[in-house]
Formats: sequence, structure tokens, C-alpha cells
Amino acid sequence: MATLSNKMNAYDEMLKGIWRDNPVFVQVLGMCPMLAVTNSAVNAIAMGLATFFVLVSSSFLVSGMKAIIPKQVRISIYVIIIATFVTVADYTLLALFPAVHKELGAFIPLIVANCMILGRQEAFASKHSVKFAVMDAVGMAGGFLLAMFALGSVREILGEGKLFGISLFGENFEPWVIMILPPGGFITLGLLLLLFNWVGERRKQFLAQVAAVD
Amino acid sequence: MDDLIWIFISALLVNNFVLAYFLGLCPFLGVSGKLETSFRLGLATTFVLIITAICSWFLNTYVLTHAPYLRLISFIVVIASTVQFIEMAIKKLSPALFQSLGIFLPLITTNCAILGLAIFATNRGYGFWEGLIFALGAGAGFTLAMVLMAGMREETGINEVPALVRGTAFNLIIAGILSMAFMGFAGLFSST
Repeated sequence: MATLSNKMNAYDEMLKGIWRDNPVFVQVLGMCPMLAVTNSAVNAIAMGLATFFVLVSSSFLVSGMKAIIPKQVRISIYVIIIATFVTVADYTLLALFPAVHKELGAFIPLIVANCMILGRQEAFASKHSVKFAVMDAVGMAGGFLLAMFALGSVREILGEGKLFGISLFGENFEPWVIMILPPGGFITLGLLLLLFNWVGERRKQFLAQVAAVD
Repeated sequence: MDDLIWIFISALLVNNFVLAYFLGLCPFLGVSGKLETSFRLGLATTFVLIITAICSWFLNTYVLTHAPYLRLISFIVVIASTVQFIEMAIKKLSPALFQSLGIFLPLITTNCAILGLAIFATNRGYGFWEGLIFALGAGAGFTLAMVLMAGMREETGINEVPALVRGTAFNLIIAGILSMAFMGFAGLFSST
């Protein structure tokens, strides 16, 4: 019984990152990479995967080492751990996919400054066991990846009429160039947040109605 | 000389850090509620940016020539600790200045605009003066964006906005329109 509830909890930790506590739509963290590289779905996924790798590995290491990290300098140690994994991701990407690396440019090193990653170390990984920390990181990074993909695909579809480089609408489609430029990033994310709020609000109203009927 | 002026204008308007590169969005969306505060935050950020430019130039020229893979880690550690030292110095020397900048200084260090500046300056191979002017332009551009955003948010605060739209979604759409306006400067200078 104990193992069952333990298992349930771990899944719960993972799922919360994907929807209820989605780092982008609910907590509004990690905006910089979110907007800067989501002008195409491929770039968005590459960035999401790089962030995924960094977040999961640093959560693993931080929660594994939490007993020996002195409290006073913990933030600096987290940052150094994160920066190490970002360097690994940066050089791996450069070696395996030079074209993607060139597209993402300076924004791969900037994963270090993604407040979502440091936030998870401080708020979660440093207080929980390795298993829970990794589950939480997988959920959060998964939620981030989903949000990146949502934004990147909307912008690519509207901005170029393509998805993953495959033309969707035929010759007559006039691309909305603004969507792949910086303003499109802000506006698309604003509208997606609005959609997220609206769905949340509807759900709350629905639950209230159900409660009233009962 | 011409080059320096163009670097400044490019960082200030055409390639504005916030509105074209999306750097420093956390304070841009989080702290831009009041005009006064955002102006101060802009000044404090400019200050940190200038320190960053000096540190990163020093590291690139004297320390990292043989170990480029340590760049990211050393940038972060050196910049964060330098800012901390300067914060202590300001606290000791000028309590008034510390009062007006103080709270923001440590927070700014984790702002992605700071690291972004160091990385961009490195990638473009800027020298000492170019880096310094770039930092000045980026800081001025950040302050400009903060002040414009805060001005607009103060206006929207007194008008009726549907409850659902209030908050980050609305701010992002304002930022999008602001960014669109800044795109008008693109003709000034071909972006690099």
C-alpha cells in the first residue's frame, strides 16, 4: 500500500508540471528562451530538449548532493552545476547538429539564466529525494517543452505557412511575416496565456456549477 | 568612432535587448508596474551591464584564451561576485545610492540580459571600447523599454480592462505592440 501511494505521488509530481503548474503558462517563468527561439517548431523543440536535459540532470545532481552542499553558498553551487550541464549541452549540440546550433546561437548558453531551472533546484530538488526531484524535473521540463512546441508551431504555421518545413496551405497562402519576427512572439504568447486563463476560468465555473447542483 | 556610434544606436533602438532579443524579460514584465521604480531598475541594470562588459573583456583577453569551454561558468561566477563586491562597496560609501539601487542589484545579476551581453560581445569579437559602448547602449535601451512599458501599464491601470485579460497576457500583448513600433527603426541599420 505504501509503495502504491508513493508511486502515485511521484506521478503526480510529474503531471503537475505539464498542466496545473506549467512553468510557462501558469508560473510565467523562462520567458527569454521561450520567445527568442520559437520562430520555428524545430528550433523550439531543440531548445526544449536542451532545457530538458539541463533541468533533469541538474535536479538529479542537486538532490543527490543536497546533504553536502552548505546552506550559505547553495545558490552559487546550483548555478555552477547548471552552467556545467549547459556547457555540455552547448558543445554536444555543436558537435551533432551544427545547423541547429547556429540557429539558436547565443540562446543555448542563456539557458543558465532561465529562472525556471534555478527555481526548481531551490524550491524542489534541494528538499526532496532523488526520485521525486527527477520526476518533478521531467514534468516541469516536459511542460516547458510542450509550451515551446505550442508557441513555435503556431508561429511557424502562421508566419511561414509551414510546419517542420512542410508547406501546409499551398501556394496561395500569404505568410504573416510579423509572426516570426519579435512582435509575433510576444503577441502569440500573450494570446496563448489568455487561452490558458480562459480554459482555467471555464473549468472553475463548471466545477462551481456542479457543486451548486449537488 | 562611427562604428562606436552605430553600436550604441543599434543596441539602443534597432536591436533593443528587450524588444528584439527578448533578454531581461523577467524584470520587464515583473517590475514595470511603476514609472519611478522601472527607471531606477533601468539605471541599476545599466550599471551592472557596464561592469559585465569590463569583466567579460578582461576574462576573454587574459584568462579564457586557452580554455573557451570554461567561458560560461567563469562569466557567471565572476560577474555575480563582482556585482556583490560592488554592492558592498556602494553600501559602505554611499548609503543614499544603495537605497535607490540596492534591492535590485543582486536580482539583476541573474537577469539574462547580463549574461546575454557578455555572450553577444564575445561572439561578435568586440574590443574594450566597443564592448563598453555596447553595454551602455543595451542599458539605455533596457531603461527605455522599461519606462515605456511602465508608462503604458500605469495608463491601463486606471482604465477598465476585462478581468480575464489582466495580468501577464495583457502585458505581453502591450509588449508585442511596443516591439512592433521598435521594428520601425530597423531601416536605420541593417541588423547583424
